[in-house]
Amino acid sequence: MRMIIANRLHDGLVVFLTADGGWSVSIADGTVITDSAEEERLLAEAKRDEDRCKIIDPNLIDVTVDGEAPRPVAIREAIRAFGPTV
Amino acid sequence: MYRYDEFDQKLVDQRVNQFERQVARRLAGDLNEDQFKPLRLMNGLYLQLHAYMLRVNVPYGTLSSEQMRCFAHIARTYDRGYGHFTTRQNIQYNWVKLEDTPALLRELAAVEVTAIQSSGNCVRNITSDQYAGCAADELADPRMYCEMLRQYSVLHPEFSYLPRKFKIAVTGSPNDRAAVAVHDIGLRMHRNDAGQMGFEVLVGGGLGRLPHIAHTIRDWIEPEHILSYVEAILRVYNMHGRRDNIHKARIKIIVNQMGIDKYRQLVDEEWERIRDGALRIPQAEIDRVEQYFAPPAHETLTDAVDLLGSQRQQDTAFDRWYKSTVVAHKVPGYAIVNLTLKAAGRPPGDIDADTMDRVADLSDRYSFGEIRVSHRQNLAFVDVRQQDLHELWQQLDALELATPNLDALTDMICCPGLDYCALANARSIPVAADISKRFVNVDELVDIGELKINISGCMNACGHHHVGHIGILGVDKRGEEFFQLTLGGSSDQNASLGDRLGRGLPQEEVPNAIAAIVEQYKSLRNDGERFLDTYRRVGVEPFKEAVYGEDKRKAVA
Repeated sequence: MRMIIANRLHDGLVVFLTADGGWSVSIADGTVITDSAEEERLLAEAKRDEDRCKIIDPNLIDVTVDGEAPRPVAIREAIRAFGPTV
Repeated sequence: MYRYDEFDQKLVDQRVNQFERQVARRLAGDLNEDQFKPLRLMNGLYLQLHAYMLRVNVPYGTLSSEQMRCFAHIARTYDRGYGHFTTRQNIQYNWVKLEDTPALLRELAAVEVTAIQSSGNCVRNITSDQYAGCAADELADPRMYCEMLRQYSVLHPEFSYLPRKFKIAVTGSPNDRAAVAVHDIGLRMHRNDAGQMGFEVLVGGGLGRLPHIAHTIRDWIEPEHILSYVEAILRVYNMHGRRDNIHKARIKIIVNQMGIDKYRQLVDEEWERIRDGALRIPQAEIDRVEQYFAPPAHETLTDAVDLLGSQRQQDTAFDRWYKSTVVAHKVPGYAIVNLTLKAAGRPPGDIDADTMDRVADLSDRYSFGEIRVSHRQNLAFVDVRQQDLHELWQQLDALELATPNLDALTDMICCPGLDYCALANARSIPVAADISKRFVNVDELVDIGELKINISGCMNACGHHHVGHIGILGVDKRGEEFFQLTLGGSSDQNASLGDRLGRGLPQEEVPNAIAAIVEQYKSLRNDGERFLDTYRRVGVEPFKEAVYGEDKRKAVA
């Protein structure tokens, strides 16, 4: 399972692509993608938002879904999603 | 301290206006990220894991109380209420918004502070001894040369697109507190055989993934030639430095590939051509800039030997703090006071806005309104009357700025690591927190003595791990954080790179490993021998045994 993560242009905050094609600072609002064709389509859409100067550097990240909220697999992306651990 | 003249102020103001227009074009979509990134980096603005990060210059680590109050205001207004002092004597804000940056920079410019060239492949903030102008062991005050180098290198058209970033450090003391041997150029002030003050010039030092101790390129040069000689070094680097591989682009690589003798020859050829040109500094200009660094109006005092003696006798906590953090001043009756930003469990170098304001107030009251930043991520008041020390200590203690751990095991250098930094492989702040919580006993710290731990969250080495007495490097092994230890590094006048101890350890094992190293040191040391000296005498093997031999690890666990 994967999600699309980026930084918002005007304030730099970490955002996740949502099901309605918007961006949210909360990972819980993000859309979890389970099929590779959909990954490709949504990443292309995200890159168009980069061209429109809404966000920077959209990327697919691996997530697990345990209960309601998705959680990034990599420590780096988990720290981006949930903030500094200190 | 230096004050801007009309040219400085105009340049800085114009730069803010220019960046404001660049930001507006970016937000409007007229610039894409590839086009904008070099522009924002030239103004110190990075994009990190969570947000934009702004790195603000503190030239040679010298701040006024007014500037510190502005830092507090910036932290409160544009960030999340805190800032982070770095190993480049700068301050970083972690949560800046792009859209706010021009207004923020304008507020900084109003107090003569900039973020110009705090990033990018150019000459970065000139760093120096945090005690410059005040230390009893100083031969000469380096600040005026730092300032001339700053003015020379800011927006220098030829050196704005070097192969890679370029760091210069200057010390006026034989006891090097500025780590000049691990800089691209290191300048050491000293006297030649005829008694004239000048500079030894070192070149090609640096840390990162390929660390090198600098070579002496010239034993002695007159102050009037320092700019032309630095220019010759920069020009040769600009011509010969590699631009094909970012990891091999620093001057240390070309100096070591070419050999110092060949590099010296090229520099000398260039220098002969330019030495008597526009960059030769007239004595009148040296005198003019020196005036900015005239000592403050010290009172005529004698050393407060009796008073301090009785205060120290009556108050053990004051005595500990005094012994740990107070340093000899060149003027009788005065002292240098260090404020360590290393309270247990706190991110090293971090300071909140309210504390910044209080530090500014205390500097006004006790130290002529001036504050210094050290490359070990601490602050200092450098002109305190000895008779005020006890009172000042009480005030600092209330702010948790009187931890008596200067240069002790818990006075760690620590980069932001994976909690903030886009380059990091591992978290460094939690490692520092674990160690500081493990070693809270002040008597134990005093017994261990000088032991500098430097922590980096990746091999780029912002935490100077190679030159820590104990260095800790965070690495990523298949998605897990591990920490490699090095021993025996130093960035002082006898600089050395640490030796790798062995395989990387998981985070939870690091405090025990440090404890095992400390116990081994205690068992091996001669009377009064520092950790570093013991290590240099006995080598790495006993410490390997202490950390990786099962029995000893269990003993300290």
